[in-house]
Amino acid sequence: MQSQATYNYKVVRQFSIMTVVWGIVGMLVGVIIAAQLVWPALNLSGAGEWFHFGRLRPLHTNAVIFAFGGCALFATSYFVVQRTCHTTLFAPALASFTFWGWQLTIVLAAITLPLGYTSGKEYAELEWPIDILITLVWVSYAIVFFGTIVKRKVSHIYVANWFFGGFILTVALLHLVNSAAVPVSFWKSYSAYAGAQDAMIQWWYGHNAVGFFLTAGFLGMMYYFVPKQADRPVYSYRLSVVHFWALIFTYMWAGPHHLHYTALPDWTQSVGMLFSLILLAPSWGGMINGIMTLSGAWHKLRTDPILKFLIVSLSFYGMSTFEGPMMSIKTVNALSHYTDWTVGHVHSGALGWVAMISIGSMYYLIPRMYGKTEMYSVGLITTHFWIATIGIVLYIASMWIAGVMQGLMWRATNPDGTLTYSFIESVKASYPFWTIRLVGGLLFLFGMLIMFYNMVKTIAGQKAYDAPVLAPAAAHA
Amino acid sequence: MEINDLRVLVTVLGFLCFLGICLWAYSRHAKSGFEEAARLPFTDDDVPAEPSGAGNPRKENKNG
Repeated sequence: MQSQATYNYKVVRQFSIMTVVWGIVGMLVGVIIAAQLVWPALNLSGAGEWFHFGRLRPLHTNAVIFAFGGCALFATSYFVVQRTCHTTLFAPALASFTFWGWQLTIVLAAITLPLGYTSGKEYAELEWPIDILITLVWVSYAIVFFGTIVKRKVSHIYVANWFFGGFILTVALLHLVNSAAVPVSFWKSYSAYAGAQDAMIQWWYGHNAVGFFLTAGFLGMMYYFVPKQADRPVYSYRLSVVHFWALIFTYMWAGPHHLHYTALPDWTQSVGMLFSLILLAPSWGGMINGIMTLSGAWHKLRTDPILKFLIVSLSFYGMSTFEGPMMSIKTVNALSHYTDWTVGHVHSGALGWVAMISIGSMYYLIPRMYGKTEMYSVGLITTHFWIATIGIVLYIASMWIAGVMQGLMWRATNPDGTLTYSFIESVKASYPFWTIRLVGGLLFLFGMLIMFYNMVKTIAGQKAYDAPVLAPAAAHA
Repeated sequence: MEINDLRVLVTVLGFLCFLGICLWAYSRHAKSGFEEAARLPFTDDDVPAEPSGAGNPRKENKNG
């Protein structure tokens, strides 16, 4: 029965630990730039331009999305694909390359972005030599992942793997198309596209980075770890299939809502808005599917802080996927665009959904990488949960208020047609809310530090554990 | 054929393809396969056999 082979946990272990480490780094940079908005002197102009908001902001976004979120995705996808396919990773050496290659990418980003090397494309700022490295890592990732699926020992491909697979393929496509550039020197290149088309491609990329990197991949996590932690199969498997294909068919079109009232052709904006509205349906289908998995076992939510993380993350997913389509409506966008409302919306998704589902999954994963079933302290997970939740609520509530206020101030006009407020007046009025946002961010960061401590105590003195590969338990016909 | 006809065709075919997937997913035919697939996360026990807490039953020890 029990073969000698063990699952390739090493790479999962490495990515899991780095998820927590990069989470702290990325969120710390976020806290620093939030503090800079409150106390501008913190940009350390005296020391040079390296710590200016404009240099650190892309460092923050890249670190939390690609370093923290990316490591979480690598870790969970390698874990889930092995266990649901009952086989070891295909090409483990290549898997190891994805780990070191991805860490190198992150370190290079952390060096080049403060130095000011940027292609100026949001969430795709890294210059062309790093883009090539990313491509190599990503192709290796695809080979390992799909190779593992090909050599699976079961007939079905579990739905989580469909989401991970969709995420890997789409991100490859997005990265290759949007990063196409003409290099003029080693650290400088110009986009291969021009004008409104460049903007359209950038936001086709940008929104699908949200849709596939930050949604489909994390839904893969959700479809494995929620059923696992609740100890019951997903509420409706057929709904999960429709959920997957609906997202795949719809997300690709939503990008133009980032370019309302710009030089982009008007019909394109309307198509983007329409598809964003349609997206509400599959998003909520997925949320309901995840939450209803707990039906009949709601009591577990009272005692299990990991389930709290997972289920609250789904609630935030539902909230932000309602807010997003609403903000994509042109008339709403006329108020919300360029204000802090957008920042609040992004963080409701990024902290509430992406970070919380990752944290919950990591609390499941980390002890199992060391032959344990639980973290060192379950109580500290509960503490982390409440600190993080309060942090998010402070963050998004302050940004909602600040955003709507800014939008209203910018559009207010006097009877003679002149503007009621100067821009700087809206900046002044925003200070209290930026301070509350800083407090929210600090709380969230503090929660991550608790997680780090809990992780160190869990690992300390434990030997790395690689679970044996078992033949699938007799398919209960 | 004009390029726009092709674009319309691709969009319509994409939509029909999606409708087909929905019908298939909710058909009786797919049901047993889905039930099998939904159990995949549970076809093995990822709780290590020997180490940590001696002899505690694997199942309900996650919520302490």
